[in-house]
Amino acid sequence: MDKNEIEVDIKVPNQTRYLSLIGRIGEDIAKELDRFDGDRDLLAYHINLVLTEAMVNAIKHANANDPDKMVHVYINITDQDLLIRVFDDGQGFNINSIPPPDFDHLEDRGRGIFIIKQLMDTVRYEKINGGNMLEMTKCLRCCA
Amino acid sequence: MNLKTEEKNEILIIFVKEERLDAHNSNDLKGKMQELFEVGKKNILVDLTDVRFIDSSGLGALVSGFKNAISHQGSLKLSSLQPQVKSMFELTRLHRVFEIFGSTAEALENF
Repeated sequence: MDKNEIEVDIKVPNQTRYLSLIGRIGEDIAKELDRFDGDRDLLAYHINLVLTEAMVNAIKHANANDPDKMVHVYINITDQDLLIRVFDDGQGFNINSIPPPDFDHLEDRGRGIFIIKQLMDTVRYEKINGGNMLEMTKCLRCCA
Repeated sequence: MNLKTEEKNEILIIFVKEERLDAHNSNDLKGKMQELFEVGKKNILVDLTDVRFIDSSGLGALVSGFKNAISHQGSLKLSSLQPQVKSMFELTRLHRVFEIFGSTAEALENF
């Protein structure tokens, strides 16, 4: 591990009451990132948001609201990148099949993945070890 | 969820007294708006002064309220959005859908 690297590995029950805890951890870490050239408060808010959206996706859709399952969140920050992985044990879905919101027809749902894609530099969702992983990265230096 | 309601000039104001409006609590707001429209309230103002953080579920609850207002021939407007909350409306283009006012008082003059 590099001396500036930060790694957080946490598992919480598959319940929405833990959204604020995980979101806040991500936000607090991002606020301390003096290696980031841009607006750190904005980055922190966005990290809170994408963590929240990714966890909701895991809790409600992938893990089908089963409170006995767990959501596993991994955050790794190097000098260059901030990487977030959210693991679930559910059926999974094809991230590329989710259309962007139809701005002319008002729907209650369907903005979560769109928000993640808008705020992060790379987003992928794939099967891993019998479950699934949503991985997203944000460049801290390379594309600021 | 901590919601405070107040009625002024036949406008029902819902003050969302939470720092986060997210997938954990937004169904309570959605239910409250639905209940108010069903008992015959026509005009609802949702005041977000205390809300620092909103996610797609929070936005979805407000969209649901907006659609409910239309189906009950009523209206739903928003006031006092913090800058980062407002930026989420812009990111999802919902600022084109809702009437958003800087303060409760300003919103009340525009029903």
